[in-house]
Amino acid sequence: MTKAIIALMSLIIFSSFTNHEGYHVGDNATDFNLKNIDGKMVSLSSIEAKGYVIVFTCNHCPFAKKYEDRLVKLNKLTSKKGYPLVAINPNDAEQYPEDSFENMQIRAKEKKFNFPYLHDESQQIARTYGATKTPHVFVLNKEGKELKVRYIGAIDDNTESAADVKIKYVENAIEALAENKPVETEVTKAIGCSIKWKK
Amino acid sequence: MIFLLASGLKAQDVIDFEGLQKRIEKQNDTLYLVNFWATWCKPCIAELPFFENASESLRDKPIKVLLVSLDFKSDLERVSEFIQKKQISTEVVLLSAGNPNDWIDKIDPSWSGAIPATVFYKNKIKLAFHEGDYTKNL
Repeated sequence: MTKAIIALMSLIIFSSFTNHEGYHVGDNATDFNLKNIDGKMVSLSSIEAKGYVIVFTCNHCPFAKKYEDRLVKLNKLTSKKGYPLVAINPNDAEQYPEDSFENMQIRAKEKKFNFPYLHDESQQIARTYGATKTPHVFVLNKEGKELKVRYIGAIDDNTESAADVKIKYVENAIEALAENKPVETEVTKAIGCSIKWKK
Repeated sequence: MIFLLASGLKAQDVIDFEGLQKRIEKQNDTLYLVNFWATWCKPCIAELPFFENASESLRDKPIKVLLVSLDFKSDLERVSEFIQKKQISTEVVLLSAGNPNDWIDKIDPSWSGAIPATVFYKNKIKLAFHEGDYTKNL
């Protein structure tokens, strides 16, 4: 057998060990305490709300960039309904300098972010939530004393073109939750940039 | 087997999901190694030489490597230039398949949608799926 075949076979074997951990819909989400672009620490408990739209995102990823303007609009909408948006950048800035804290500050200013943009420097929150890519959304709903995950996935159904969006997944989820109705589509998938984990 | 000799991408290389299925789920003895990547994805590009090497050195074997670009359709030119610049001879197609939520699970339910991701097929049967790069293991 050639080297290449052996390498291929080992890929196939290695492939089967992929494992996903993190939250599922219905799980209790943890709060966090992360540094915002203004230098202040932010935790969910410090933001009075019915729930939150947590968006793992970053500066460098073209898929994340496609959503920057849409996030600003989305926050206006969901905040009104009691679900403010909180963005978190979990990427390793050593490998991706564009995703550094300083560049988060610059990008947020350029794009006029109207929501906290937090730095998950230890990557612990992204790991706990089970975020794998940017952008990756987790909608949380306060239920009694608990913070329940009620939606995981994409912002909408068309990354390339905002004008061609047919289904606004996050908006739909928030609309349902605000009316105490069950979320119809609880999990969706979209292509995104893998989160750049520290090596 | 047809090899695109770093000739870039043309409009006909933009395929939908059905087109992709037709290419990789075939009733024959060929092992299909399908890698999802994009020109802006650094870990994807880092492992392209491995797939290039595999498709070159396995030319005589019943193994077919297909690089499926998930760049935006509007960036076709950019993908084409990239292929020419990097002298990629493995077949590349650009997948433009509409709402990813409708097709990601069809590749593999465990795929979150992050790239790179790689899937192996033989005789219409999926042998393995892997999300993430292989660089640590090569």
